[in-house]
Amino acid sequence: MKPLKRYFPIFVLPTLIAFSVAFLIPFIMGLYLSFTEFTTVENATFVGFKNYITAFTENDDFLNALWFTVKFAVTSVITINLFAFILALMLTRKIWGTNLFRTVFFMPNLIGGIVLGYIWQLIINGVLLPYGYAITSDEGFGFWGLVVLMNWQMIGYTMIIYIAGLTSVPTDILEAAKVDGAGALTTLFKITIPSVMPSITICLFLTITNSFKMFDQNLALTAGAPGGRTKMLALDIYETFYGKVGFEGVGQAKAVIFFIIVASIALTQLVLTRRKEVEQ
Amino acid sequence: MKTKFTAFFIALALTFSCLSLAGCTSRKNTALVYFLNFKPESAAVYEELADKYEAETGVKVKVVTAAANTYEQTLKSEIAKSNPPTIFQVNGPIGYDAWEDYCLNIKDSKLYSYLSDKDLAIHDDGGVYAIPYVVEGYGIIYNNAIMKRYFALPDKKTSFKDMREIKSFADLKAVVEDMTANKKKLSIEGVFASTSLSAGEDWRWQTHLLNLPLYYEITQKHKDADPTLSLLGSDEIILKYAANYKNIFDLYINNSITPKNLLGSKSVADSMAEFALGKVAMVQNGNWSWSQISGVKGNTVKAEDIKMLPIYIGVEGEEKQGICVGTENYLAINKNATAEQQKASLDFLEWLFSSEIGKKYVTEKLGFITPFNTFKESEIPADPLAREITRYMKDENLKTIPWVFNAFPGEAFKKTVGDGLLDYAQGKKEWNKIKDEIVKSWKSERD
Repeated sequence: MKPLKRYFPIFVLPTLIAFSVAFLIPFIMGLYLSFTEFTTVENATFVGFKNYITAFTENDDFLNALWFTVKFAVTSVITINLFAFILALMLTRKIWGTNLFRTVFFMPNLIGGIVLGYIWQLIINGVLLPYGYAITSDEGFGFWGLVVLMNWQMIGYTMIIYIAGLTSVPTDILEAAKVDGAGALTTLFKITIPSVMPSITICLFLTITNSFKMFDQNLALTAGAPGGRTKMLALDIYETFYGKVGFEGVGQAKAVIFFIIVASIALTQLVLTRRKEVEQ
Repeated sequence: MKTKFTAFFIALALTFSCLSLAGCTSRKNTALVYFLNFKPESAAVYEELADKYEAETGVKVKVVTAAANTYEQTLKSEIAKSNPPTIFQVNGPIGYDAWEDYCLNIKDSKLYSYLSDKDLAIHDDGGVYAIPYVVEGYGIIYNNAIMKRYFALPDKKTSFKDMREIKSFADLKAVVEDMTANKKKLSIEGVFASTSLSAGEDWRWQTHLLNLPLYYEITQKHKDADPTLSLLGSDEIILKYAANYKNIFDLYINNSITPKNLLGSKSVADSMAEFALGKVAMVQNGNWSWSQISGVKGNTVKAEDIKMLPIYIGVEGEEKQGICVGTENYLAINKNATAEQQKASLDFLEWLFSSEIGKKYVTEKLGFITPFNTFKESEIPADPLAREITRYMKDENLKTIPWVFNAFPGEAFKKTVGDGLLDYAQGKKEWNKIKDEIVKSWKSERD
């Protein structure tokens, strides 16, 4: 214990500095800037809660974006986890080529969001064009386009986590269940799912936060068109910050609200699913 | 305890020495002049110029180019750094409003004395804070070869024989609609190129086209004042010429190569390509698009056939109207730079716009029509659209329309207009509703 304690500062300092420079200081500065009017971070003047009030009263953009984001997040969290879990179940069976399929499903995760957005825009426009539509024709196309895109990108990653969870389910319990005469479904719901609860916790956390924070895919696929009705929170914040002269503070205030929403939802989810985890 | 502290300080010293080393290397490379360039298409030319200037004077010029559409973001982060840009660009009175605290008064500079029309600069309280360096113009670009084919048609319904006879919206509408009816005979797929309405590609309509109705509205309200400044001071607009705006927009989308409901998937590059390939006869754009037209592979349009027509929207007296000429490219010097840097920056700009070699680059490689009196008659760019702009600017019978859109509130307002136009084109919203939204958005951003 003693030598470890003595060298504690050496090991922690570089990380601490990196963490402060890249996260802690910008975060505190951001919090402060949301109460000010500014053009660059250096010429801020304090205005109190004005920015927070403007964020809601100026127009409905923020609330619309919030509602759209919630709808999107609910839909994609359910679909991603469902598909990823089913795929994980399939690919943990002893069938030929599981490694190949795992790689294939994981690959979309390695492509950047902007590129993916443009590719899917081309694909979706290509599919809709013969019917006389484009992705901007209706917000429904944009919504489902985003859901499909998010699924395509996230399923592989989530699947890998589920696979890791599934392979670590103790075989003795599974065999015991089989001997006791439990069917496939009973085994799934009574044994497998409770055992992979830690994986479910982490997957839900990742998909919820990623769906809420989605930005580049949204920007590349629809950029809010038509009429800003497919605009998600992050994009709305970005447009407020850079699109309107003198609205930098309002954008910053929206970002703080955004942080509080995402943090509280993610934390609640963590607490709730942690409770269901079983000790092995 | 002692060892703990030693360890702590060693770690501290190590990290800081890393930081300071990095600081040292960057300081060595510091250039006296740092130019944050707005035009990505000119990035390579500016770097060449910087090398030439360094070879000639020994002063190092650093050129950084912001990616398309990210100038404000780049400037915001660059200017907060320890070596901020010494020369940067504002996009007009609105941009000046935002960057006021950073703009140096350059009233006594030679650069200002070069301006042939001093009104073009941005003035504030008797000082001069930003100077335009390029004049641009836009209108309806047409392919005269196709127009000649139309005028030669035996069964055409109009009596015009040349594009110069077209002097009003009614004339234009008659010709365009008759051309659409004769599409096959003219071997074109539409009269107008796609009215690009996809995100970020709608500036030709939400900014450039809206310029005309608002110009007429503001000049009627404030007869003798400068239209851009009076629009800048307007907290409200009524969009008096909304119907005219609708008419010209309808003309574009009803006689287009692309069906109305698909316009949301088209980009500016798409429409310039359609024009370059001879699939359409007309496209609304400015002289900057020449490189796009000439750069399209397999283009069939000859340079001598490319002409420009004013955008007529059906306002009384428009037979005297010319094309829209103005600028949204103003140079400013960073007030917070050292006196030495400020002087070096002005020297560089003055060299660029008055020395033989600088001028040669400006006209030939950058292709700028400059507002400076240091440029002789012969020193204007050779491309057909620049020649059209110069022709309209010199024509004393025609009045060019200034770019009052420099006084539009901001990107969010323009986006509201663009979103509205897309909804209208796709049949999702009534025109009146869009008009109301435009008026409302203006008011909310000016409050």
